[in-house]
Amino acid sequence: MSGRRAIVASSLSSLLIVGAIVAILYLAPGGATVRNAFFDPHSMWQALVGDPSKGLSSVGKGLLTNAWMFVVAEALVLVCGLLLAWVRLSHSPVLFPFRVLSTMYTDVFRGVPILLVIFVVGFGVPALQLGTISNQSPAVYGVAALTITYSAYVAEVFRAGIYAVPQGQLLAARSLGLAHSTTMRRVILPQAVRTVIPPLLNDFISLQKDTALVSTLGAIEATRAAQIYASTEFNFSSYTVASLLFLALTIPLTRFTDRLIAKDRTKRLANV
Amino acid sequence: MSEIVLSLANVTKRFGDHEVLEGVSLDLHSHEVVALIGHSGSGKSTLLRCANLLEPVSSGAISLFGQNLQDPNIDEDAVRRHIGMVFQSFNLFPHLSVLDNVMLGPIHSLKEPKEIARERALGLLERIGLANRAQEFPDRLSGGQQQRVAIVRSLAMQPALLLLDEVTSALDPTLVGEVLDLLRELAAQGTTMLIATHEMNFCREVASRVAFLHQGRLVEIGSAKEIFESPQHVETKRFLERVS
Repeated sequence: MSGRRAIVASSLSSLLIVGAIVAILYLAPGGATVRNAFFDPHSMWQALVGDPSKGLSSVGKGLLTNAWMFVVAEALVLVCGLLLAWVRLSHSPVLFPFRVLSTMYTDVFRGVPILLVIFVVGFGVPALQLGTISNQSPAVYGVAALTITYSAYVAEVFRAGIYAVPQGQLLAARSLGLAHSTTMRRVILPQAVRTVIPPLLNDFISLQKDTALVSTLGAIEATRAAQIYASTEFNFSSYTVASLLFLALTIPLTRFTDRLIAKDRTKRLANV
Repeated sequence: MSEIVLSLANVTKRFGDHEVLEGVSLDLHSHEVVALIGHSGSGKSTLLRCANLLEPVSSGAISLFGQNLQDPNIDEDAVRRHIGMVFQSFNLFPHLSVLDNVMLGPIHSLKEPKEIARERALGLLERIGLANRAQEFPDRLSGGQQQRVAIVRSLAMQPALLLLDEVTSALDPTLVGEVLDLLRELAAQGTTMLIATHEMNFCREVASRVAFLHQGRLVEIGSAKEIFESPQHVETKRFLERVS
């Protein structure tokens, strides 16, 4: 199919689908109710900016809380995930107990629903009455819980990346008299990191969305602000606003990841 | 006779029930080029890997300049600094430039100052005519060029001996010549080498001695002339008939 015909065909099919959805919203018996409840422009604006006089938090401001939570959690996850993978792949007999612990850690935290980890950390740690540690805001416990769970995933991503580096690289480095740790740092990890960037970014996209779960601890982030609005004003447009804001954060990262994957693919194909 | 660089005494290597090497004994003298020949799977590569401790031996002794390498207190990394190894598949580091490939060992293993390592690396690249490609990444080079870089990468460590594991087997036939030329040059300069190879003409020309491995046993060793012109063992004869 020629380029122009393809564009016409894809535009037509997109238009048809969007048209169908709009038609349902307008023609369904309850269409007007749904449009009012989810897409009311005035409510959407009010939810976005908030209204302190009515006790309404701003969904936009709430999103900033999500943003700092995932930025801090992602940085911590990178460090902890790499550390876990490193320990698990170590050969030193001294590290044997840590190797077992690291394996157990990834098994447990990949298996437990993240919501439960958030509850345990968010309600458990304050109950311990450990001074400053027990006196943090819900968002801080949220970051801790996200870090705990996502480090387990990211450790596995790093481990797969390290395994994907050909054995010959290790042999070549060791035969130059490089120590195991130097070999990892100078030869294996730089190559492993390159292969794991796309799956890593994938996990980060999930992490960004999962910051919404921290609302269950009472942190006023975007989802929680939307919930407050909805239950006060009896209008769900705030949820639409929160969804759109989350999309604004995740779509650029998704596109960026897809581009990296495509670039990597062409590079690999060119090398064959 | 000249000094013994590497000595293998009754070396045996098992992978599970499978004996890959059975009681191999071999002395490598300085300035000597010993060629290991034999069918694929005869144990040539394993022998080379055992020699620089990349594979632990199951029994027997390996020594370098009279020092027993089976000693549990030995620093394996320090041992490997004296033994260069080149692989069939080059194994250059794809994320580093050609120059950084050659400098990595001297800087991070020998702890040499960067400038000294750089100067020697450039000198070596000059010698193989690739100094102008120093800043490029290995995948921009032809197979023959990559393998020559891999050879000078191990030479940059100034090793006492070189182990070469079928270094021309992965190359396009038209590129084999340039790699063998470099090895000829090294042999002429007196580099001590242990070479696993299928290049029989090269063996004939360069090897001080030729060792024939068959099913993990060293069945025959002698000068190139002895092995190629009057092989004693029936398996050696059979092998040479098939490859010539």
